[in-house]
Amino acid sequence: MRIKDKIVKWSRIKSPWMLHFNTGACNACDIEIVAALTPRYDMERFGVMLKGTPRHADILLCSGPVTGQIKDRLKRIYDQMPQPKFVIAVGSCACSGGVFNGCYNVESGIDSVIPVSAYIPGCPAAPTAIIDGVVKLLASLEQREE
Amino acid sequence: MRKVVIPIGPQHPALKEPESFSVTLSGERIMAFSARLGYNHRGIEKACEERTYIQDVYLVERICGICSHAHSTAFVQAVEEIAGLSVPERALYIRTIIAELERIHSHLLWLGVAGHEIGFDTLLMYTWRDREVVMDILAELTGNRVNYGINTIGGVRRNIDASEISDILKAMDILEERTKYYIQLAKEETTLIKRLSCVGILSHEDALSLGAVGPTARASGIPRDTRKDDPYAAYDKLEFKVITDDHCDVYGRTLVRLGELMESYKMIRQALKEMPTGPISVKAPRKIPAGEAFSRYEAPRGEDVHYVKADGTDRPERVKVRAPTLANLQTVAKMLEDRQLADLPIVIAAIDPCFSCTDRLISLREPKKPDKTLAWEDLRAYSIEWYRARGIDFTKVNRKISRRN
Repeated sequence: MRIKDKIVKWSRIKSPWMLHFNTGACNACDIEIVAALTPRYDMERFGVMLKGTPRHADILLCSGPVTGQIKDRLKRIYDQMPQPKFVIAVGSCACSGGVFNGCYNVESGIDSVIPVSAYIPGCPAAPTAIIDGVVKLLASLEQREE
Repeated sequence: MRKVVIPIGPQHPALKEPESFSVTLSGERIMAFSARLGYNHRGIEKACEERTYIQDVYLVERICGICSHAHSTAFVQAVEEIAGLSVPERALYIRTIIAELERIHSHLLWLGVAGHEIGFDTLLMYTWRDREVVMDILAELTGNRVNYGINTIGGVRRNIDASEISDILKAMDILEERTKYYIQLAKEETTLIKRLSCVGILSHEDALSLGAVGPTARASGIPRDTRKDDPYAAYDKLEFKVITDDHCDVYGRTLVRLGELMESYKMIRQALKEMPTGPISVKAPRKIPAGEAFSRYEAPRGEDVHYVKADGTDRPERVKVRAPTLANLQTVAKMLEDRQLADLPIVIAAIDPCFSCTDRLISLREPKKPDKTLAWEDLRAYSIEWYRARGIDFTKVNRKISRRN
């Protein structure tokens, strides 16, 4: 591996920028994501930062089963993110549709629309579980051979 | 000046939920504001009809994660009324305690979000740190931080024991001290007062005519509170004041919510002291007899209404939910009239919107319009007229073809 690639990889793992997108969740996972960023859990100590635009983001944190109206928007947001990009499905709904599986306006989970790198189950996923999922994703990136 | 239309959402840094607003601007002034909802519509009311009552308790709790106890309590109250169940006193007290703990977590959450929207991120970090105290208590009492699952038809599922009571009382002392600090901050911090005063003004008359509920109405001087007006659970036995304010702006809404926090601590202490002993639930029948009921509940954001219609089976025939944000959303357009664009995030945040609560579907049938089914002749005549209106006339061509044949 060349020195330039090493630096790129190091900076990618040490400062992943995240975009949080609610894909029709009940807000429970969303407040737990915000709780994970606030002093008690403080995800920022892993270099994680929440960004407002998909064009700055490396990781897309999705919560909620994908609703009919949000489906196209989710695809567009995913397309706007620069490569390499990773998607984390937070909560049971995002993983599989959860309690809303079978509702007329709901897809069954994020992976029915866009590819997902990590799944964090729980209704809602606890902040500790979210941090664990993010750290595991970062660890898997570290081992990956480019 | 030329008018500019700015779309905000469904994904926007200032919004935590997917909703979309269209703002017409003239310079920096907002001329018109319209909201488009439905990004969070999951079809819960329909799903309730396909599941049994006990499964529905689980489902309605997930209408909204922040006021989950509000929705599940409103639903079970309606079902209990239809079934004619008399819920044990202790269960009512436990419901009230969880409801007030939920209000504390929701108001602290709001205070942080409001601080974030005006660029006061220190307040966000402070309140969310203190919110963890009440989250710990909720996790200890119910087993989950959010979506507590404590309600069941005919009572509650978990009891509160002596060690838990002492933990709650300790937490209340910590939170009361912190809230006093926030109240002092809200009354003395000049930047906060200047940023929030005279922003998002909703006069007393407008709040009445637009049907505002919850802290939004109470900050415009309307003492509207379901806990006092139509007491449910154990609220008729508790002593509390309905906090109102006549600032009629975002600053007033902040003071109302802070005042309600202090009332909640008082109510929880009183409820813990007066909680009777006894069973926590009665056995509910699997099939609920035919009937219908309305249930009202004062959620942290305002009045939450559930309507349940039963038909004698183990599934409801109809469930209807009116969440508080739907009642408050109309006031936002009024608050933003002829205001600066920069005030938009805090004004929207000030009603404490919850769009996952709000996104219900209503289809309106127009009774006076005739049946839309067209006979073949009518359809043909309609198409001829449609093309003729656009300058194309097929009648001559048709005649030529028929003559040739």
